[in-house]
Amino acid sequence: MSAFNSQLNSHSPTGPIEDRWTKHRFDLNLINPANRRKFKVIVVGTGLAGGSAAATLAEMGYEVTSLCIQDSPRRAHSIAAQGGINASKNYQNDGDSTYRLFYDTVKGGDFRARESNVYRLAEVSGQIIDQCAAQGVPFAREYGGYLANRSFGGAQVSRTFYARGQTGQQLLIGAYSALMRQVAAGKVELLPRREMVELVTVDGVASGVVVRNLITGEYERHAGDAVLLCTGGYGNVFFLSTNAQASNVTAAWRCHKKGAYFANPCFTQIHPTCIPVSGDHQSKLTLMSESLRNDGRVWVPAKAGDTRAPADIPESERDYYLERRYPSFGNLVPRDVASRAAKLECDEGRGIGNTGLAVYLDFADAIKRDGEDAIRQRYGNLFQMYQMITGEDPYRTPMRIFPAVHYTMGGLWVDYNLQTTVPGLFALGEANFSDHGANRLGASALMQGLSDGYFVAPATITAHLASGNVKRVGVDHPAFAEAEAQAKARSSKLLSVQGGRTVEGLHRDLGQIMWDMVGMSRSEAGLKDAISQIRALREEFWSEVRVPGENSHLNRSLERAGRVADFMEFGELMAQDALNREESCGGHFREEHQTEDGEAARNDEDFSYAAAWEHQGVDKEASLNKEDLTFEYVKPSTRSYK
Amino acid sequence: MKLTLQIWRQPSAEADGNFEIYTVGGVSEDMSFLEMIDQLNRQIVLDGGEPVAFDHDCREGICGMCSMVINGEVHGPIKGTTTCQLHMRSFKDGAKIVIEPFRAKAFPVVKDLVVDRSSFDAIITAGGFITSRTGSAPDGNAILVPKEDADQAMDAAACIGCGGCVAACPNAAAMLFTAAKVTHLGSLPQGQPERRARALSMVQEMDSQGFGNCTNERECEAACPKEISVMTIAQMNRDYLRASVAGDDA
Repeated sequence: MSAFNSQLNSHSPTGPIEDRWTKHRFDLNLINPANRRKFKVIVVGTGLAGGSAAATLAEMGYEVTSLCIQDSPRRAHSIAAQGGINASKNYQNDGDSTYRLFYDTVKGGDFRARESNVYRLAEVSGQIIDQCAAQGVPFAREYGGYLANRSFGGAQVSRTFYARGQTGQQLLIGAYSALMRQVAAGKVELLPRREMVELVTVDGVASGVVVRNLITGEYERHAGDAVLLCTGGYGNVFFLSTNAQASNVTAAWRCHKKGAYFANPCFTQIHPTCIPVSGDHQSKLTLMSESLRNDGRVWVPAKAGDTRAPADIPESERDYYLERRYPSFGNLVPRDVASRAAKLECDEGRGIGNTGLAVYLDFADAIKRDGEDAIRQRYGNLFQMYQMITGEDPYRTPMRIFPAVHYTMGGLWVDYNLQTTVPGLFALGEANFSDHGANRLGASALMQGLSDGYFVAPATITAHLASGNVKRVGVDHPAFAEAEAQAKARSSKLLSVQGGRTVEGLHRDLGQIMWDMVGMSRSEAGLKDAISQIRALREEFWSEVRVPGENSHLNRSLERAGRVADFMEFGELMAQDALNREESCGGHFREEHQTEDGEAARNDEDFSYAAAWEHQGVDKEASLNKEDLTFEYVKPSTRSYK
Repeated sequence: MKLTLQIWRQPSAEADGNFEIYTVGGVSEDMSFLEMIDQLNRQIVLDGGEPVAFDHDCREGICGMCSMVINGEVHGPIKGTTTCQLHMRSFKDGAKIVIEPFRAKAFPVVKDLVVDRSSFDAIITAGGFITSRTGSAPDGNAILVPKEDADQAMDAAACIGCGGCVAACPNAAAMLFTAAKVTHLGSLPQGQPERRARALSMVQEMDSQGFGNCTNERECEAACPKEISVMTIAQMNRDYLRASVAGDDA
């Protein structure tokens, strides 16, 4: 596979990287303000990407329909991001710059992202802060009234802006309030408690969506001149993740089945600092912000099988393994490195707690150094949350942490305009694959969501709207009837099985397969086994699932069954992608491809591409298309945090 | 643990509701309250029934989706938490727990424990924002915000819009929710130009959505999972009064 046959055109501009976005914006067609109202844009999802895109497009004069599955657009899962948002403002005068943020992101992504996109992200990062500050986002301030920053996730500059431990919430409320301003102005039709169940295409062009009204069970048709998919990531394929319960792959998967390529699905991020699993009842995992690693020291007992209480283990019998293995970054190594290191310790029997699947995160030294008040000031709400969930006091005893699925870098393949391989269908935020490569840096998800929504998509949408390729049809077009019939048939089928297993139980089984074999560490044999197990489970799902109730009312079991059915197909693609990628990079670790001391071994010669999968039918292998990734500026090097 | 649950069941907004009694066993003290209900629902589904519908999403206390009254207390017995953050170690083996939806005229029941809180969105739509066009903002540091003001804004902005304040209020008033937004934006220099107009129109919308009046019971503050202070209500009342007397131009 050494010969690249790059069939995908990224429409990435050329020339000096710092001029590309400016040049591209100039080259894009404009639509004059009076004509914008003639275009209808459907925005699916109201997280940071969807909320900001819907608000901005409406403000520009487009007619917008905004859909979300929650009861209010203010609740999308962006809200749960704690730590912060990066921007290359260099307010701290510590040597930050657009180029440095670009450089860090390309390198942090282990050289599997598109340089042009990443540069653009870094370029608009500062504007995002300006925009959010103007909206009234209560960012942390210094006593002089200036914006405060902190260093986050191992960055060597302080470029992270934050609002206590609730940055995602505050940014989302900012986007939500901008959106509601447009609702008030009559420019946005807001439809909460709607789930997108089909994309409607006419001659291959996105022309609308079919949604299910989650309260009445009715199927509704919405026609539009462009569809923006802002539906987040697919971490819940693992059953247990830090995602919200309703987070799912359904909208993206239905688009994939209508022709949108799915890129790099195996790139998933396992976050190192989550509260460990406590039992089979567990429905989700809770993330503790990785800002905790600024002051906490990670350790395990040096001897396997040591079950003493942490306080009884003397310093000399502890292994601060991150500090030992990575002396220059220590506890602040990137997420993928920290997660794998924790798994290794547990695999070798040094894990702690009842399950042996946890490591300590210890604040004793920080408390001794800075005092308990200072630590409370910094992490009070996180410590409180930890205590609430575990019943243990982290001021007195070290926290127990373990990695959990947190974010997915893969997503629908998009070009530089954020347009998928289905003309008129755009994907923004976590739903697309583009900017983080194989690993996302801390505090960069919020940045990307808002970059795509406030600044990129509102400019690039004209690549479709002004292309002459818009298929404007009414909702009585046969394509809508066909899509609606498909969706209804699927629901009826789910309701008709009436087997002996709950949706949740089947989902849990899928999650176990994914975590064991397509999780932190992957091998050829394991992935092949995973594929056959997923296929068998999918069959079991369709013969054994029990979905109570009917379609015609609020039916949470039916909603979830539809999402789990899609995860059952999607999981296989993830495994296939992981099997194809015969290298270790970022969040993707193949056991066959590691260095002598267990670090990831990337293979740039054969795998410097984005793998964009094309659907060929359920139970058939998807076909691979490649987007060759070239690095003109940041030359690929081995990431080393030693 | 084994528990007896008395849960409000109501098939739809139009239908009448009633309490049903369930027994659920095998409950671990490490379970969250919602995981305990998950357990009950598994049991109900396998017995051929319809599971209890309830709103939930993030399960970490920030999305504001979960909404239950547990033994008469909004979000349950622990102060400063949402239902999803409540764990079963707060209950004793053999306990009887009564679970009801948030009840208020402006929050009609949709099904079982699920209510419609779109009236909150209507209040925000009436003015809970700063008019700021994307792309026209000055540099973030061009608008200095004294730390105390930023902190005060953040205290109020911590509201998750769950509606617990309304459910706890004997008058089903939405004062704390509305005041939190008015105070968040009104504490910041960016929020000054629209300050009075905002208070006026949000309060008017609150009334027209069918929320009750404030009689200073302070139940809202006690129930708020984010511990928003009733001082925000005093702030809103001042802004509202000024706007009513002097007109809505700031």
